[in-house]
Amino acid sequence: MIYSTIEIWVIILVIGAGTYLIRFSFLGLIGKRTMSPLVLRLLRYTPVAVIPGMVAPLVLWPAATGGQPDLARSAAALVALALGLATRNTLMAMAGGAVTLYSMLYLVG
Amino acid sequence: MNRNPSNTDMTASRVEAVRNPVRAAFWRGARDGAPFLLVVTPFSLLFGVMAAESGLTLTQAMGFNFIVVAGASQFIAVSLMADDAPALVVMATALAVNLRMAMYSAALVPHLGAAPLWQRALIAYMNTDQTYTVSVLEYEKRPEMPLAEKVTYFVGAAAPVLAAWYAFALVGVLVGASIPPAFALDFALPITFVALITPMLRTLAHVAAAVTSIVVALSLTWVPSGLGLLIAAACAMVVGALFETWSERRR
Repeated sequence: MIYSTIEIWVIILVIGAGTYLIRFSFLGLIGKRTMSPLVLRLLRYTPVAVIPGMVAPLVLWPAATGGQPDLARSAAALVALALGLATRNTLMAMAGGAVTLYSMLYLVG
Repeated sequence: MNRNPSNTDMTASRVEAVRNPVRAAFWRGARDGAPFLLVVTPFSLLFGVMAAESGLTLTQAMGFNFIVVAGASQFIAVSLMADDAPALVVMATALAVNLRMAMYSAALVPHLGAAPLWQRALIAYMNTDQTYTVSVLEYEKRPEMPLAEKVTYFVGAAAPVLAAWYAFALVGVLVGASIPPAFALDFALPITFVALITPMLRTLAHVAAAVTSIVVALSLTWVPSGLGLLIAAACAMVVGALFETWSERRR
């Protein structure tokens, strides 16, 4: 790491302050005023709009394997996806993904 | 004397709910937030390990956890710092990843917007993927809940998540080097996110939004990191809303 101690703290404080302002934005500044139905309709899709796009590259090109697609990791993600869809249960999907990952890593290496 | 403890507990919690509904809402929130410990614990541990391995001190790693309190952006910031990226790029990318929280903030307005400013300021600090998801689900299920209960429910849901977020990062920094790479902790993050998101794919519109997000994000990997994701998310939200409008018209 090339940063001085001060630079590291500036990075932490700027990300922290910026993130807090983002979190505070609507809730803090808009308060009681109502929001348009169109905005609310868009907001309903926030999690499903952000998280899949963030995860897909991590699954296809894992950093741990130098960006090369990896059988164990792809299988684990697929199992988590299938279990999540079938059971609608986050913990079940996580457990299935973890078991798959470790068994595949043990079997395939 | 106490032959049926579970029965006694139920009665006690019912009495509590009648006598002090606001405090009862806190505990209900804590109970609903507790399952996320299984998600947050490995995530936080992993962050501690990664921060220590990239050369951050214990204080700096914990500074991230107390001041930023946003897992995905912390991971991105630390991995960019490990690659010696310019400080400005580190900050911009981490903040870009957290822009989604503006939408969480907005989504809480209909439910918590009438609360006093200091309470909204506190909730803003605790507004994460997990606390937002669990609280909005509860508010939509029980819209008649009084405002004070909605506020304490949120704080209750955040309490176990935040406690684990602080504590296990500390453990991660301290034990960091002794966890072998064979544990493949790197993949805890993608599995956790997949497991969080798939139960939310309730309608065709949600599926369409998720697919759009993946396709656009993968085709924009040449765009500076973080920015491609923002574009993908914006496209996906529009697609989700359009699908919803379209399926309403067909009915």
